[in-house]
Amino acid sequence: MKTARKKRLILIGLMVTGVAAAVAFGLQAFNQNLMFFYSPSEVVAGDAPADTAFRVGGLVTNGSVARQSDGLTVQFDVTDNAEAITVQYTGILPDLFREGQGIVAHGKLRDDGMFVANEVLAKHDENYMAPEVAASLKQAHDTGVGKGMGTP
Amino acid sequence: MLRFFHQLASPKYFYNLSGRLIPWIAVACVGFLLVGLYDGLVDAPTDYQQGDSYRIIFIHVPAAWMSLFIYMVMAGAGAIGLIWHMKLAEVMVVSCAPIGAAFTFLALVTGSIWGKPMWGTWWVWDARLTSELILLFLYLGIMALNNAVEDKRTAARATSILAIVGVVNIPIIHYSVEWWNTLHQGPTVTKFDAPSIDTQMLIPLLVMAVAFKLYFVLSLLMRARVEVLQRERNTQWVRELAEQQT
Repeated sequence: MKTARKKRLILIGLMVTGVAAAVAFGLQAFNQNLMFFYSPSEVVAGDAPADTAFRVGGLVTNGSVARQSDGLTVQFDVTDNAEAITVQYTGILPDLFREGQGIVAHGKLRDDGMFVANEVLAKHDENYMAPEVAASLKQAHDTGVGKGMGTP
Repeated sequence: MLRFFHQLASPKYFYNLSGRLIPWIAVACVGFLLVGLYDGLVDAPTDYQQGDSYRIIFIHVPAAWMSLFIYMVMAGAGAIGLIWHMKLAEVMVVSCAPIGAAFTFLALVTGSIWGKPMWGTWWVWDARLTSELILLFLYLGIMALNNAVEDKRTAARATSILAIVGVVNIPIIHYSVEWWNTLHQGPTVTKFDAPSIDTQMLIPLLVMAVAFKLYFVLSLLMRARVEVLQRERNTQWVRELAEQQT
């Protein structure tokens, strides 16, 4: 390769590396701010902001969803399989909201540890299945066959 | 082999070759598109949680893949153009940008339409959505920069540099769902594990991805041909071509 071309190749290489390094440092510095939500463990450990609104994400604990008598207020537990916090929300829940499903709630932590949400979003997982497959997987799971396989 | 590349780099040779290729690519593209759409929208089973709404992935996911792929092609062509001062590579950079912008826009819009019923919101500022939006702005910036400079070759050089710098955004988009907590789900197909998607859904998805790739090649060749003619309008071979047409 001619020297002039080699020089340009090296120059472009340096440019890309330089910009990549700068961006990497920048992202590293803002790492916390780029997190869309906190996990229940982080909230319990006190890592989440106390007096400002933030998001908490996790799975809705099975059997924890309870509707209040006004018909709109819902209370449920959100867990990351280590810790759990209770969320209270008044409003319409998205289609994908159900027990065992991932959600992200936006709101404030009350002093008694209750998370009062003003917005609940469903977080879809990366699994796509036909209904029959999901049903047979669930059946296999319930009867204890094929433990440790990917369950929905 | 090397001779083939040298020939390909000549605008006249490229013009003739692409003219012969375009009909074939067009037929293949329409074929894959029809098969993919029928398989995806009619044949594939419904999702166990989302019902029929998930079918938008047959547009959304290939469009999102293309938005990243086209950017890599564009930046690669930009680097070749800068290093070897190859005219055809500069033409490719200029021609790639609008197609990439269109696919990025399509990915954002389809994602938004899916997000409203499934997530419960049109838009959130999580890492994946934000970095994809930045990609759209990069494409638009590249198009604007290219149009802002009068001299075509200077414009192509400036555009190529911007395209190469923007490459850092590509791994950020791809890994955003793994590096940070995002509302957007993690990768389904492009992970080292087996894809966590029903085979009957995966096949139309891949067919659609091929169809989109073919469409990109088709559209790129057609745009590049026009661009080549414009740039070479004062050369002998374009004049002869024009005389033949009239």
